[in-house]
Amino acid sequence: MERCRLVFSGSGGQGVITAAIILAEAAVLCEGLNAVQSQSYGAEARGGATRSDVIIADTPIYYPKVLQPNVLVCLTQEAYNRFSAIIRPGGLLITDSRYVKIQRKVDALQRELPIYRTVMEQIGKPIVFNICMLGALIALTDVVKPTSIINVLKTRVPSDFLEMNQKALQLGMGLTGAARA
Amino acid sequence: MGKNVKFLQGNEACVEAALYAGLDFYAGYPITPSTEIAEHLAYRLPQIGGKFLQMEDEIASICAIIGASLTGRKVMTATSGPGFSLMQEALGYAVMAEIPCVIVDVQRGGPSTGIPTHVSQGDVNQARWGTHGDHAIIALTASNHQDVFAITVEAFNLSETYRTPVILLFDEVVAHMRERLVMPEPGEVQLVERLRTSVKEGVDYHPYLPREDGRLPMSDFGGVHRYNVTGLVHDMWGFPSTEPRVVHALLRHLVDKLENRTNELARFKEFFLEDAEIILISYGSSARSALHVVEERRQRGERLGLLELQTLWPFPRDVVRNRCAGTKAVVVVEMNMGQVMQSVKLAVEHPERVFLANRIDSVFITPADIINILRIIQGKGV
Repeated sequence: MERCRLVFSGSGGQGVITAAIILAEAAVLCEGLNAVQSQSYGAEARGGATRSDVIIADTPIYYPKVLQPNVLVCLTQEAYNRFSAIIRPGGLLITDSRYVKIQRKVDALQRELPIYRTVMEQIGKPIVFNICMLGALIALTDVVKPTSIINVLKTRVPSDFLEMNQKALQLGMGLTGAARA
Repeated sequence: MGKNVKFLQGNEACVEAALYAGLDFYAGYPITPSTEIAEHLAYRLPQIGGKFLQMEDEIASICAIIGASLTGRKVMTATSGPGFSLMQEALGYAVMAEIPCVIVDVQRGGPSTGIPTHVSQGDVNQARWGTHGDHAIIALTASNHQDVFAITVEAFNLSETYRTPVILLFDEVVAHMRERLVMPEPGEVQLVERLRTSVKEGVDYHPYLPREDGRLPMSDFGGVHRYNVTGLVHDMWGFPSTEPRVVHALLRHLVDKLENRTNELARFKEFFLEDAEIILISYGSSARSALHVVEERRQRGERLGLLELQTLWPFPRDVVRNRCAGTKAVVVVEMNMGQVMQSVKLAVEHPERVFLANRIDSVFITPADIINILRIIQGKGV
């Protein structure tokens, strides 16, 4: 497989780091791939622009950070302003249409998706915002299979919340069809 | 999904390894970036009948593990630079009284409270000379979670074998990042258990009287023997002595028991060294960037190699000297102002061929940082 370098960015509390961990864990534990996940620590973890890097590959990963992501997710305007310039030419930029107003053209596929709106309309709880985003991401990239994400969710999410998370993942995967058209 | 495969932080890999090695007593004071070690042991140790104590500070923490070790426990504490500074006095006590213990220093930016959440490797020389007086010490490090596991188990084994504190010098990047760990099965990795005295109850036990092989069997403190333990220079009974013969013998013993085994204690990994014209020497997380560069440049046919050091003290000077013999240049890759580079220069035949690729601005050193230095050495400009 092509080495996949992802950066998840947003604000503290949106679950971007959790989403990054779930994706990387799915790659390692369910698909036998290598993955490394790291994150920014400090004051930004409680509000401000937070960031988590993930590299997924079928070869060893040494340098663990991402300098030029193939896939960049920005869930706040601040995160978009700060990180949109680092995307690798030809990469994929995913933003949430409620939180981010695209201000410039970057040399990447830009997907403005109504992730937050869909979650609030269909589920009504913002807590699964990040899982919905992950659904959109795996639908657009095929980096891991949906069942791998669900298997990790089963080990991380209390059973009462599993169904809601699965629904959010499905909703996210559904969003990309419209975006592709 | 194999049940032994885990996806976790480096700090958690250290915890898994410590428990595998038989850790049953931990005392500590949480500090970034080592906190997850305390967090996970607070949860795990009580489940297996071990003891977890959160102490009032790092001085109390190291004193608690020294005491617990004397009673026969396998012990560890974890901290970062500021806490490691506070531990130096009692670290010397453990050296002097020859008490097995493992001290994890997850390095962050310094000096003082420095930069809590960012990476550095600035404590290398503190591990060597942070505590006063002539002494020897073992300090180990690792660059990935599989090696963090192996080297942590090794730390416990060496501390028991040589009755010495062992320092694990990890850093923020390896401690916080998550990657795969394949847990060994029980029994798969050899463990060294406490060497206890065969002296029976009611018979005099000499805590510092070596056996024929030079090792000092221990008796669990508070058990069947009464004996003295002190930070003062002591005789074979453990009582203070100012007898020059005793003083000399003790200091020689404390240094020689490790320094004379420098080659035996050397843990290191070699990548593409056979025909390397330029050798990178690195350790801890920096070695990941170094290996990235080496693998990439090898594909272009450049004869670059990496010597990754896992034992930092006693410094593996013979290994470094042998591997670097005949190379055009040696580049030490580290995140400080050349602490290991100094030791490398002392070890090699041509210190003028030793260069530094470093970063001290709290940013994790990148492959490009190393490549820039290589270009200067190769006369390619930047």
